[in-house]
Amino acid sequence: MNKPLRRIALFCGLLVLALLVRDNWLQYVQADSLQKNDNNRRISIERYAQPRGDIIVDGKSITGSKETSSSDFKYKRTYQDGPMWAPVTGYASQAFGANQLESIEDGILTGNDDRLFFRNTLDMITGKEKEGGNVVTTLNSAAQKAAYDGLAKRGKGAVVALEPKTGKILALASYPSYDPSSFAGNSTTTDTKAWQKLQKANDPNDPMLNRALREVYPPGSTFKVVTAAAALENGLYDDPDAKTNSPLPWIMPGTTTELKNEGNIPCKNATLREALRVSCNTVFGKVGADLGNDKMLAEAKKFGFTEEQFTPVRSSASVFSEGMNDSQTALSSIGQYNTAATPLQMAMVASAVANDGKLMKPYMVDKLQAPSLDTIEQTDPEELSQPLSSKNAQILQSMMETVVKDGTGTKAQIPGVTVGGKTGTAQHGENNSKNPYAWFLSYAKLSDGSSPVAVAVVVEDEDAVRDDISGGGLAAPIAKSVMEAVINSKK
Amino acid sequence: MSSTTNPPTHHTSTIGAIGAPSRRNTELALLVFAVVIPVFAYANVGLAIHDEVPAGLLSYGLGLGLLAAVGHLVVRKFAPYADPLLLPIATLLNGLGLVLIWRLDQSQRLQQLAERLYDSFSPSAPKQLLYSAIGIALFVAVLVLLKDHRVLQRYTYISMVAAIVLLLLPLVPGLGANVFGAKIWISVAGFSIQPGEFAKIVIAVFFSGYLMVKRDALALASRRFLGLYLPRGRDLGPILTLWALSLLILIFENDLGSSLLFFGMFVIMLYVATERTSWIVIGLLMSAGGAVVVSTFASQVQVRVNAWLDPFGCYETSGACEQIGQSIMSFGSGGVLGTGLGQGNSDLIGFAANSDFIFATVGEELGLAGVMAFLLLYGLIIERGIRTALAARDPFGKLFATGLSGAFALQIFVVAGGVMGLIPLTGMTMPFLASGGSSVIANWALIGILIRISDTARRPAPAPAGNPDAEMTQVVRP
Repeated sequence: MNKPLRRIALFCGLLVLALLVRDNWLQYVQADSLQKNDNNRRISIERYAQPRGDIIVDGKSITGSKETSSSDFKYKRTYQDGPMWAPVTGYASQAFGANQLESIEDGILTGNDDRLFFRNTLDMITGKEKEGGNVVTTLNSAAQKAAYDGLAKRGKGAVVALEPKTGKILALASYPSYDPSSFAGNSTTTDTKAWQKLQKANDPNDPMLNRALREVYPPGSTFKVVTAAAALENGLYDDPDAKTNSPLPWIMPGTTTELKNEGNIPCKNATLREALRVSCNTVFGKVGADLGNDKMLAEAKKFGFTEEQFTPVRSSASVFSEGMNDSQTALSSIGQYNTAATPLQMAMVASAVANDGKLMKPYMVDKLQAPSLDTIEQTDPEELSQPLSSKNAQILQSMMETVVKDGTGTKAQIPGVTVGGKTGTAQHGENNSKNPYAWFLSYAKLSDGSSPVAVAVVVEDEDAVRDDISGGGLAAPIAKSVMEAVINSKK
Repeated sequence: MSSTTNPPTHHTSTIGAIGAPSRRNTELALLVFAVVIPVFAYANVGLAIHDEVPAGLLSYGLGLGLLAAVGHLVVRKFAPYADPLLLPIATLLNGLGLVLIWRLDQSQRLQQLAERLYDSFSPSAPKQLLYSAIGIALFVAVLVLLKDHRVLQRYTYISMVAAIVLLLLPLVPGLGANVFGAKIWISVAGFSIQPGEFAKIVIAVFFSGYLMVKRDALALASRRFLGLYLPRGRDLGPILTLWALSLLILIFENDLGSSLLFFGMFVIMLYVATERTSWIVIGLLMSAGGAVVVSTFASQVQVRVNAWLDPFGCYETSGACEQIGQSIMSFGSGGVLGTGLGQGNSDLIGFAANSDFIFATVGEELGLAGVMAFLLLYGLIIERGIRTALAARDPFGKLFATGLSGAFALQIFVVAGGVMGLIPLTGMTMPFLASGGSSVIANWALIGILIRISDTARRPAPAPAGNPDAEMTQVVRP
């Protein structure tokens, strides 16, 4: 019986060997991916084991941490003015994970970032508790407040304000919003309920949607700024005050459909300046058809269309289609048809014009700080593209300033400040049945020629009487108050 | 059946020459380590969790030392030539198991869970200490009462009946307790007993006695077909019966582990007894057949196979794979060196953390290094068991030791493989480590029997008979 017995011994040896091999596979080869597995609660336990670092606006922290006793997560995130800042901070919830800045800069906020390794090791030796670093944002709290309060009065919408020279995001508001504090813990009675109430399925207003970055709206007439830039850049028209070749009525090429203007406005052979002032569909529709799909798309792309932006929070890509025929291009060139843009995208358009044609990459994290407040990373302004030449940018500026001075955007006028802008009333819904979106994009210019702020505002007000909705009436006052807030805080 | 006739140059068994050392002092020295290591581990857990040396350190050390001392003295007295490794390894595993259970007792998460499920929490470590003492008592009883393991041969068929009764007890209404889907417990006077753990030993007695008698018939009366020796129909009877029994256990008690264990043990012993590879082939074919049948009908098995194939697949939806997913993450989070005793989160596994899944705590807190050390300790027990079987001079003892070590090896593989996601989970417990009375008591009895067999096997061969001529002379002496 010894021969089979030896084989059995070998077999038992193989069983143990199989276990050893499996163990090495699990604990050595796969250890890292298992540690980082989304289901691994240890990540959250560690994340909330010490107070998180803070997100800072204007030198003041807009987040905090509270010690809890109820669960294995020791600290809970708190937010000041949560709904106002939610589109910036995102949320960090014990039960539902984190998003936006809370998630992207998690390494710094928890103190786990590799760049803090040396310090952490030192702390471990000295027995000091691990601390998280801070995220210092570029935002301006006065502008944010103006934007948020303005939207709250109007219903739904979003505001993005940029500093044209650098691309710094000064305001990023979305309404309706949510308070990330309400579900920061992991109590099934309070936090889960609050979370569920905010889901789109339970709240048609979708308060957790970041409208400033993640929603694309048809930009309507505000897109005419891009079309005007394309006309100037491609040499279709050089002089904003020369008559254009624009018949009225104008039949869209390849169709029998007439492109209509809003109301009875003087658009026949109007100059570019005049066409922008009163917002002529025929003039800019024909410009788009004359330039063609390719040239329009190229110009839109230079402004940032069709690309996601990383601020570092990701924004949706704005849309300008390719392969359209001339009539579709004409409609797209007045911000209808497939054209769709995020509020961030339209703010980028305004800021490129205001910055003499240079488009800066938008960003909202100024610097990352170690717990000791040493800077570990500083974001430098970065040029994204040059959608139009400095000369053409100045031509476009003068056109946009006319819009505010005595055109559709008069409600954005600020005494002592030169303001350029463009209104937009974008139709949407089947057969344009729904209330249109009211757009306004603008920039302010100080007497020294510098431009501290460019703003895009979109208001989706479904309760307003249809005739009341216009970019100039609904959105411009919000843009104005945001620009004033930025200018006042500069003083 | 050739060990006794092996020429001395070939024999690799542990039979010593006449006057071989008994190795009792080696055992004593190893036992000191087996007691000291858990004591340090205990202190380590206390320091990690409460920042202080646990108050019970002295009494725990003394208690474990006392149990080890009793074991050692009994072995010294009643089994002086026994294998010197078995007792120290079992003591070390038992001691570390107590530390791990105590560590999980300190987990707030498990305390809250118990309060939510049963409205009360009671620590498992004191119970386990009591069970360990009972286990050692049984170990002592085995060595004192069972002077010669061959006595058990007499109880071959009684063992069979006893094993079947033990296995079917959980199905008796009013006696069996359905705990989380598996009907493998019975509760008597407030105590939960897992009869399957004891059945493991009793059934080995039956197999050894039965196969010892029938091995020639099973081995020789067969027809050759396709290179295999096919047994006669009537010889297939016992294996078919066993196959059916293991399927019944699986279907009616939802106990994948036991059915695998008994059938595997039987095939191993059959192979060793008959030296016919065909039995292994037949055994494998029948397990495969059984697996197909059962996986078609038993939903519990399907659930476990699915959880094994994709440990995180149903994590959010049904949670049926939550335990195995948690266990695998425990191992992964431990990494190479582990988090240190008391500093992991293996209690996330939930209610079975200190029984079925206790090995995951080893994985997380002692890391790859610790798990490998534990696996090697278990491997050593198996190896010493098989060595004992090789050395045993009687076929019954040989088969008995084979069966016990084989079952032990299968159990280790099935449990550790299950919690590490190598094979589907079966719901058995790691011998000596896991919390639970039946397991620790039965395994101490198992070690006692192995020590008894190894004592007989290693005992110096009886002095050769005198010169036959001299005997003859004596016979004719007036």
